[in-house]
Amino acid sequence: MQPVLTDLIPALPEIFLAVAALLLLMLGVFSGKNGTRLVSGLALVALVVTAVLLFRQEGYDVAFSGLFITDSFAVFSKLLILLGTGLSLIIAQNFIAREDMDRFEYPVLMVLATVGMMMMVSANDLLSLYVGLELQSLSLYVIAAFRRDSAKSTEAGLKYFVLGALSSGMLLYGISMIYGFAGTTNFITIAQVLQAGPASLGVIVGLVFVAAGLAFKISAVPFHMWTPDVYEGAPTPVSAFFAVAPKVAAICLFIRVLEGPFGSLLPQWRQVIEFCAVASMLVGSLAAIRQTNIKRLMAYSSIANIGYALVGVAAGTADGVQAVLIYMAIYLVMTVGTFAIIIGMRQKGKAVEEIADLAGLSKTSPMLALALAVFMFSMAGVPPAAGFFGKLLVFMAAWKAGLYPLSIIMALTSGISLYYYLKVCKVSWFDDVKEPLDRPAAGLSWVVTATALVVFPVALVIGTPVLNGAAAAAASLFH
Amino acid sequence: MILPALAFYLFAAVLVLSGMLVITARNPVHSVLFLILAFFNAAGLFVLIGAEFVAMILVIVYVGAVAVLFLFVVMMLDINFQELRKGFLRYLPAGLAVGAALLAELGLVISGWVYAGPADSVRAAPTPESVGNAQALGDLLYTQYAYVFEASGLVLLVAMIGAIVLTLRSRKGTRRQVIADQVSRRRDDVVAVVKVRTGEGV
Repeated sequence: MQPVLTDLIPALPEIFLAVAALLLLMLGVFSGKNGTRLVSGLALVALVVTAVLLFRQEGYDVAFSGLFITDSFAVFSKLLILLGTGLSLIIAQNFIAREDMDRFEYPVLMVLATVGMMMMVSANDLLSLYVGLELQSLSLYVIAAFRRDSAKSTEAGLKYFVLGALSSGMLLYGISMIYGFAGTTNFITIAQVLQAGPASLGVIVGLVFVAAGLAFKISAVPFHMWTPDVYEGAPTPVSAFFAVAPKVAAICLFIRVLEGPFGSLLPQWRQVIEFCAVASMLVGSLAAIRQTNIKRLMAYSSIANIGYALVGVAAGTADGVQAVLIYMAIYLVMTVGTFAIIIGMRQKGKAVEEIADLAGLSKTSPMLALALAVFMFSMAGVPPAAGFFGKLLVFMAAWKAGLYPLSIIMALTSGISLYYYLKVCKVSWFDDVKEPLDRPAAGLSWVVTATALVVFPVALVIGTPVLNGAAAAAASLFH
Repeated sequence: MILPALAFYLFAAVLVLSGMLVITARNPVHSVLFLILAFFNAAGLFVLIGAEFVAMILVIVYVGAVAVLFLFVVMMLDINFQELRKGFLRYLPAGLAVGAALLAELGLVISGWVYAGPADSVRAAPTPESVGNAQALGDLLYTQYAYVFEASGLVLLVAMIGAIVLTLRSRKGTRRQVIADQVSRRRDDVVAVVKVRTGEGV
């Protein structure tokens, strides 16, 4: 089949963003030393235009001889990804200028990673899944090591690269098993093959390997070892980016693979997902208690959050998928907000990242302390912050699907996590000031204010359209 | 039909022989050269079974890039190969055991293939009848899989950007060629005619 113009229209947002990345690269090369700000600004514009192009997409379409799919699910997840990338780009502005990372490749690589993520959630074939994933991962490896003169950043990049390569190997092995036993790599055909008769053992083994490879990318336990080290070592805006956009993309890809072609194998993969969910929730909330570095704390918090999201995936219903999408949307907003505060943590111009450095924040900048409290309460799932509703939706979906033990573990670990989130609040509100933090840059304050307002109370007001969008997205997977 | 058989045995014999010589040659440069010979003969075998595309790729990629890279490494690095070879006899039993295991596995695979009755009949035809396999691959790659092909191009671009970002630095004191400076030099600025008297120096 010849690729024709009609193939290009469903992939228009991706094509636009890829071309924009190439143009930005050229612009960066020729604009000399002070090009970073310009390229970053234009990258933001490109992301916004891509989002507008996405809004205009409707319905279900398959292009490029079945390699690419677009449906409401893809559109919803891509909008989340673009939001995550855009916000991470804004909060990085000041930091990259101050910390010797002022090179125009930073925004370009972020845009290319975003193209990869969008390809991931639109994958309709194991081949396009893998290529999208690699495009994303390769860009992320580079920006993890972007501060090449810092040993920690280089180490983070190398660790991420080696473990990422290992996970890609597992993924490819699984893909080859599935191809060998199902006879195709196309998702729609795989679904037909699996519905036609009982699945062979080879497909199930392959599926387990694919799930393990993807679990690496979302850092679900037992594939989470890299997360704390990479989050700690990578420059803070990079950690912020890692915590949001790739997580959303990988979990959406996870959902697309499990609910799409392997929907009929639900009893088989549910055990794997349940194990990962329970282990992630336990490790995430127990290991976070002892952390003193706030970036490591956020890493364990993200592991726990992925555990909660996996509970929704394990439900295997449209309700579960809708709950996960809402959960990830809320997670994205509150994580970006928290990281914006962390990026702003400077004492006399020097970046600090210990929890103890937050002491007395309420006296030096009460608004920032208030925002931090909002984020922490939301992460812990205390009503009426948005985080509570995300957890509630996931809990209800799992309960309805009959996963009672899983839902109970979720509620319990959520209670444990309350301890360390509240510890951060306690330090910032009730401890005495040792060394006051500097006033954060204007862009950061703007992002902190906006995200804090979204978490509480705006989410309660705009909740319904987002809920409906997520419901439509989930329904498009189960048509 | 004697000619293809003759060619097969020629290529195969030279391949096995040069493979042996790769690991027994004393001079590492000779090893690499024998490796190149082995690649060429393997490419010849591929041509014999009608896979000319794979044969060309083998020559271009393995001989053109990988082997030359090996040669560079061997010549650039100061490795004492005699030192490396010291434990040869000591490790010989372990090496032979690994080789025997591999051979047994190969035997199992081949016998599995031979005794699996329908495998041969359901095997997809490796090449379409009317077109050469380079053209057949190209037809697939640039039409059905164009999306993945272009995306792989983007992946390679990212790899290139990454390599440059992580390694390119502007060092102090590097001398670059500035053509404008060279062209604008005048003879009067740089050349002076000095009369030197014998025995006095400049």
